[in-house]
Amino acid sequence: MYKYDQYDQQMVDTRVAEFRDQVRRRLGGQLTEEQFRPLRLQNGLYLQLHAYMLRVAVPYGTLNSAQMTALGDIADKYDRGYGHFTTRQNIQYNWIKLEETPDILADLAAIEMHAIQTSGNCIRNISSDQFAGAAADEVVDPRPYAELLRQWSSFHPEFLVLPRKFKFAVIASETDRAAMKLHDIGIKMVKNAAGEVGAQFYVGGGMGRTPMIAPMIREFVPLDQLITYAEACLRVYNRYGRRDNKYKARIKILVHELGKEEYTRQVEEEFAHLLGQDIEPPIAELERIKTHFTDPAFEVGAPDDLDLTDPDFRLWVERNCHTHKQPGYSVATVSLKPVGGIPGDASADQIRLMAQLAKDYSLDELRVTHAQNIVFPHVRKADLYTVWKALDEAELSTANLDTVGDIIACPGLDYCSLANARSIPLAQKISQAFGSAEKQSELGELKLKISGCINACGHHHAGHIGVLGVDRKGVENYQLLLGGSEGADTSLGQITGRGFDEDGVVEAIETATQVYLSNKQGEERFLDTYRRIGMAPFKEAIYG
Amino acid sequence: MVDVQFRFRNDEAVNDPAVTVDSFGEQSNASAVRIEPGDDARKLLPFLGRLKLIEVNFPAWTDGRGYSSARVLREAGFEGELRAVGDVVIDMLSHLRRCGIDSFAPDHALNEADAKAAFDRWENVYQAAADGRDAIWRKRHG
Amino acid sequence: MKILTGNDLKSGAVVWWDGSEWSKYVNSAEDVGDNGDAIIAREEGARRVFSAYVIDGERDANGVRPAHIKERIRALGPTVRPDLTLKPGDPDAGNWVI
Repeated sequence: MYKYDQYDQQMVDTRVAEFRDQVRRRLGGQLTEEQFRPLRLQNGLYLQLHAYMLRVAVPYGTLNSAQMTALGDIADKYDRGYGHFTTRQNIQYNWIKLEETPDILADLAAIEMHAIQTSGNCIRNISSDQFAGAAADEVVDPRPYAELLRQWSSFHPEFLVLPRKFKFAVIASETDRAAMKLHDIGIKMVKNAAGEVGAQFYVGGGMGRTPMIAPMIREFVPLDQLITYAEACLRVYNRYGRRDNKYKARIKILVHELGKEEYTRQVEEEFAHLLGQDIEPPIAELERIKTHFTDPAFEVGAPDDLDLTDPDFRLWVERNCHTHKQPGYSVATVSLKPVGGIPGDASADQIRLMAQLAKDYSLDELRVTHAQNIVFPHVRKADLYTVWKALDEAELSTANLDTVGDIIACPGLDYCSLANARSIPLAQKISQAFGSAEKQSELGELKLKISGCINACGHHHAGHIGVLGVDRKGVENYQLLLGGSEGADTSLGQITGRGFDEDGVVEAIETATQVYLSNKQGEERFLDTYRRIGMAPFKEAIYG
Repeated sequence: MVDVQFRFRNDEAVNDPAVTVDSFGEQSNASAVRIEPGDDARKLLPFLGRLKLIEVNFPAWTDGRGYSSARVLREAGFEGELRAVGDVVIDMLSHLRRCGIDSFAPDHALNEADAKAAFDRWENVYQAAADGRDAIWRKRHG
Repeated sequence: MKILTGNDLKSGAVVWWDGSEWSKYVNSAEDVGDNGDAIIAREEGARRVFSAYVIDGERDANGVRPAHIKERIRALGPTVRPDLTLKPGDPDAGNWVI
């Protein structure tokens, strides 16, 4: 994985010094809160319901064990002993003190991490496929391109005060595990007919109050023009994105209002101009970055057999492990969704344990997934049982990946100052009602996603079943959506009808699953059945 | 008229009154113009030769259109004074410089020491921009 | 009643105006009547709090109850982590917010 050189290290160290200076000026009265707020946000420091919250970037979701250990230590030293993994592959701490923030950033810099641009109206942390470098189906490892973009977007002088936040995702597989088309810019690395690698650009996707699926605007951008093309996309947005209404300021609205053709025309014009400006890093830079992402030292000839006599282990392998490109290895996902638990939360001890296991059994690597889970990307099959045993003792062995218990939920009104309703208690209720192994196996793949407000941090539009919390005259109310999806077959969920209280929405979900089970044909998933029979039978059963 | 607080040029300061982009076309003698966030900087490109000063106005520093305007002008070869005016804040000074701004007339004078620290903050930069500095990738590969 | 809340500048902690200083406990909140804006200006100016604002509330048998659920959650702490609330020993404390 990527290792900082003296320049990268100097950049994060300089940022620590800059933020320390900004905090000094804030506490000393030279900066008002109004002036300080955009500055602290560009360093991932929010004010949430109970305290400051710090969001730490996990670039393209990749971590080593030393970094993971340090994240656990930060939770103990500066917070209240836990961290929350987010849908943007980052980690958040909920009880941060302003005065201590510069020291936290210094601790992060010491392990080549930072909180740069994890909030604010700028280019955010670049997300990617959590199986990158391990997936059997990838064209190339997408992370070198994400790293190239990370460096380009860090402190980009022209794009620090965009109309609104800006999110990239980079993938390189046919199977989209990163919700690529629901980003401001989604990039899919592809090979053309001549076998050359290039970047396919999708621009103007997003969730929030106006969910949109990004259209493709360029089939193939050559690698020696990647940064220049991204710069053109951003410049057109910075100049013409709406600034009169924050709800219409995302690039998806610009692309929608101009039309894909006109936006593309403007980008191509700007691109042609920028090609003459000598802003593209040389291919040698990409090659340099790539040397950090060569395959780790896989054991050749590692055995492929697994002893599955332990039924609990067998279930976990079936649910949570994926095919690795290297024979004898497996990709194992640790679910942070125990029945009745808080989706995405992990205690400092759990974080350090996962770090240790990664060090001992996953060639020192971990990944954070957008579904708020942790991945050990490179586990020898021979070690899987040992890993599972250790996870089991730490209550981290829940076998529910991509099932109804593997709920994505935003922090909701328990933590978030923007939320209208609580998400976590509902997630807990649902996982208790549907989380049994029998129920999960009966329902199969079923992605359930909960947001506590229209900003859609819980990706409710993209859930096979989605729930949106709203405020109805001071009382929490929940709307139900069906039919969303985030993969290669991206679609947006439709609202069933009037909302419910907390128990009511659990009942409605129960009814929806009954409709599925009684209409299911063959191996259909919930989503397949919904797509075949449509909303009407669900609506009728739910509202009768 | 607000004073220029920082200037990174050796030529004589330009004090000609700046006209708006809209009225510029008719006032063929004007040598200074002020760009508002919503103006298209490219409208000025045919006239860059006779412009001595272009002011880029930031009514609020959180509106970043002026950064693109500044770069567009420098990329087109403008060599006159490019002045940031309005809500110019310490923490953006070095980024404004990178986009080609070379003089600063903030509405409210900035603390000199803090501003100096901000101008000197970034010894290295990740991108090529309008200030001619070598990006880190160029230093890595020569 | 009108009560005044904000966050402690250094720690970010939720605080309530008790008539002479800031308290962590909503039950200490005093009715600020029409004086909210003046107190906010003074206290934010002195950089003791930030993000301060006036909300509706009422005093009942259990103490001061903010009118909106969001403010009740701010007053208590996250309902899903009773151990991190201001009433860690009271398993039913979360019911108060609903």
